[in-house]
Amino acid sequence: MKVAAAVLLLLLSLAALSASWIAPDGGQMQFRDHINEPPSSQFPLGTDPLGRDRFARLLSGARISLLLAPAAALLAVLLGAVIGIAAGLRSGWLAHLLSAACDLTLALPWFFLLLTLRALIPIDVAPPVSLLVTFALLGLLGWAGPARVVQAGVHLTLRAPHILALRARGAAPLRVLTRHLLPELAPLLAGQFLALAPVFLLAEANLGLLGLGVSEPMASWGNLLKELESVAVAGPAALLHSWWLLAPLAGLLLSTGSLFILAPREVTP
Amino acid sequence: MSHLVGLLAFLLLAPPPPPQRGGQLHLAVQAEPRSADPHVAADEPSELLAYLTHGVLVRINRLTQLPEPELAQSWKTSPDGKSIAFIIRPAARFSDGAPVTSADVCYSLARILEPKLDSPNGDSLRGAAGAVRCAPEKARVTIAFDKPLASAERWFDGIAILPASGKEKTGAGPFHIKEWQPGAFITLQRNPHYWQRDAAGAALPYLDAVRLDVQRNRDLELMRFEKGELHLVNNLDPDSYNRLRAKGASSAISLGASLDSEQMWFNQSPAAPIPDSKKGWFRTTSFRQAVSLAIRREDLARVVYHGHATPAAGPISPANRLWVNTSLKAPTANPQQALALLRREGFTFSAGVLKDPHGRPVEFSIITNAGNKSRERMAAMIQQDLAAIGIQLRVAPLDFPSLIERITKTFDYDSCLLGLVGSDLDPNGAMNVWLSSAANHQWNPNQKSPATPWEAEIDKLMQTQALAMDPAIRKRAFDRVQAIVAEQAPFIYLIHRNSMVGVSPRLRGVQPALLRPQLLWNVPRLYLQN
Repeated sequence: MKVAAAVLLLLLSLAALSASWIAPDGGQMQFRDHINEPPSSQFPLGTDPLGRDRFARLLSGARISLLLAPAAALLAVLLGAVIGIAAGLRSGWLAHLLSAACDLTLALPWFFLLLTLRALIPIDVAPPVSLLVTFALLGLLGWAGPARVVQAGVHLTLRAPHILALRARGAAPLRVLTRHLLPELAPLLAGQFLALAPVFLLAEANLGLLGLGVSEPMASWGNLLKELESVAVAGPAALLHSWWLLAPLAGLLLSTGSLFILAPREVTP
Repeated sequence: MSHLVGLLAFLLLAPPPPPQRGGQLHLAVQAEPRSADPHVAADEPSELLAYLTHGVLVRINRLTQLPEPELAQSWKTSPDGKSIAFIIRPAARFSDGAPVTSADVCYSLARILEPKLDSPNGDSLRGAAGAVRCAPEKARVTIAFDKPLASAERWFDGIAILPASGKEKTGAGPFHIKEWQPGAFITLQRNPHYWQRDAAGAALPYLDAVRLDVQRNRDLELMRFEKGELHLVNNLDPDSYNRLRAKGASSAISLGASLDSEQMWFNQSPAAPIPDSKKGWFRTTSFRQAVSLAIRREDLARVVYHGHATPAAGPISPANRLWVNTSLKAPTANPQQALALLRREGFTFSAGVLKDPHGRPVEFSIITNAGNKSRERMAAMIQQDLAAIGIQLRVAPLDFPSLIERITKTFDYDSCLLGLVGSDLDPNGAMNVWLSSAANHQWNPNQKSPATPWEAEIDKLMQTQALAMDPAIRKRAFDRVQAIVAEQAPFIYLIHRNSMVGVSPRLRGVQPALLRPQLLWNVPRLYLQN
C-alpha cells in the first residue's frame, strides 16, 4: 500500500514538474474561439469559460499545490522543532512561556486567522508574491501542533536510559542534542511533515474556494475547484456530463490520500 | 355544443380572479445595503431599500418613462422653469400614521442639499439648479431655483420624503423595515398607512412582507430561485440565463439591451495614496486611450456574455434611443495603434514589457467585486489584452463593501471595473456622475474646480442641457458630452449587457422594465398566487 502511494505521489510530482514543458504559459493563454469545450485531442480536459486549456491548468496547479504545500509543511515542522526542543530542554519560565504560546496558538481558530491575515495582503501584489505569502502564512501558523509533539518527544527521549547515562557522564548538551536527540526525533518530525502536507493542500483548496488563495490568472487546485461550484449548483446530472471538471478534485484526493498512507501510524522516539 | 359555447363565453367574459393578499415576497441582494438613509443611497441594494420603504413626490413610471403623481397629487412648473409647486396628497401618510406635510418636503430638500451629507441627488440638484428655496404653505409647497431646470419634476423621483420630526426608520413607501440582521437578511413589513389603492379601492400593497436575503453567491441565489425559495432574480448573468432557458423555464426573460454599462476607470484622485508615477500614467489621455484600444470588446460580449451584450461606444446604451449619440462607434481593438499612442508619450515597448519614460515597467491593479463572475472574467480577458501591449495587470476581486470603501473614501486603488446602472433615461439623472464636483464623478470625485479643461467643458454642457427648455439644445449638449467622454476616456466603456431576469410563476402583476428596480418598480401591485 505504501509503495503504491509513494509511486502515485512520485507520478503526480513528475507530472507537476513537467508542467513547464507541457504548458509553458501555465495554462493562462485564452483560446477565445474554444470556450467551454469538452475534452478533445487538442485539449485533453476541455477548456474553461475563457477558453483556457484545463489540462495545462491542472498541471500548473499541481506544481503550485504539490510543491508549495510540502514547503509550507516543512517550514511549520522546522519552526515546531525549534520551539518544541527549546521548550523540552529548558525548564522554568521559558518552557512555560513556549508552552503557553503553543496552547494559545492551538486554541485559535487558525483558519479564520489565516483568512484575516490573507485579506491583509495589499491588493496590488504580484500573483507569485501572493502565492508565496499564502503558503508562508500556512507554514507560520502551523507550528504549534508539531511543537507540542516534539516537546513531548524531547521529554521522553531525555528520560531514556542511554541519554541519562550520557548526561551523567557529563556529555556536552550540544553533543547530546545533535548526536542523539535529533536523530531520535527524526522519525517524529518526518511523521509530522507527512501529516501536515495534506492539511496544507486542503487549506489552500479552501482558500481558493473562498477566492483568497492563489490569485488569477495562476492556477492552483484550489482555484480550479471553484469551477465545480457552479456545476454543483446545476445538479448531479450536470456533474456527470462534465466529469472532467472533477480532475482537480481527483488530484487533491489522490495526493492527500497518498500522503496520509505514507505518514507513520504511530511514531515513538 | 351550447354548453361549450357557454363555458367559453364564461371564461372569456368572466373577470380575472382578484389579486391575492398576503404572503412574503422573497428575493436576494448581492450585498448588504450600505445605508438605510435614502438620501445617501448610492449602491444598488441601498437604492432598492429606499425605493421599497420611502415615498417621493413624483415617481417615474418605469415602463412609460413618464412622471406620475406619488405623494404629490399634482404639480405645476412655472413657464421660466425656475419654480415648481406641488400639492401634497391628503391621504399620504408615513408608516407611523403621521401625515406627509409640506414641512416634511422642505425638511427633506434641505437635508439632501446639505453639503455635509454628501447626498448624490443633492449634489446633482445643487449643481444644476444653484440655490434652492422651499416655501411650505399647508398642502402646497413651492420650490424655487436660481437657474431654470428642465423637466424639474423628474428630479423629485430621487428625493425621498422623510418626516421633519427626524424619526428614524419612518418612510412613506409601501413597506417599512421590520427587522435587519446584518449580513443575513432584511424583513420589510407592509405599511398599513400607504396611500395607494387598486382599481377596486382595496388598500395596497397586496403583499404582507418582503424579505431581502444578503446572498453574495449568485450560483446559490439561482439554485434557491430554481427551488422556489426566491420569487425573482434580477440581473441574471448569461450562464444562468442560458441554464434556465435550457431547462425550458419560461421564468427566464430577456428584456434586450439594458441601460446599464460595464466600464473601467483609472483613479485620478489627487488624494489617492498611490505612487506619483501611476498618477501620471492615469492622467495621460493617450495612456487611457491606448488601454481602451487594446481591449477587445467584441470578445468580452461574445465570450463572457455569450452574445447577450453589445460592445459599448460610450455611456449611453443603444436602448436609450432618445439620448444616445449615434455617431459614436465602439472602438475596435488595435494593439499597434495603442502602442503608437504610448510611444508618442515616451513609453517604450520591448521584450513584451511596456516601460514609462522613466524606465518603470507599467503595472497596475484592477479591483472589481468578488463573486461577480462576468466581471471577474472580463478582468481576466482585459489582463490578456493588455499583456499584448506589455502592460501587467493584476486582478484583485474585493468584497463589495471594501470596494465601495476604496472608490469612495480611501481612494486606495489603481483602476476599477464596475457597472453603472441606468436609473433614468434623462441626462439629468446622471448629473451626479458628470459634474466634476459630484461624489459619483468616480475617476476624480468632489473637485472644487474642474481639474481639466475637458471636465470644465462637460460641467458647462451638463448645465446647459439641464437649464435649456428646448429639447434640441439639450440633445446637442449631451451628444457633445458623450463625444468628449469617448475621446478623453475617463471611463473606458466596455459593453452594455442585456437585461435578463427570472420570475417565479407564482409571482403575479410583474411588468419587467429596463429601469431599476426592473421587477419591483410596481411592488404595491405584486402578489403571490397560491
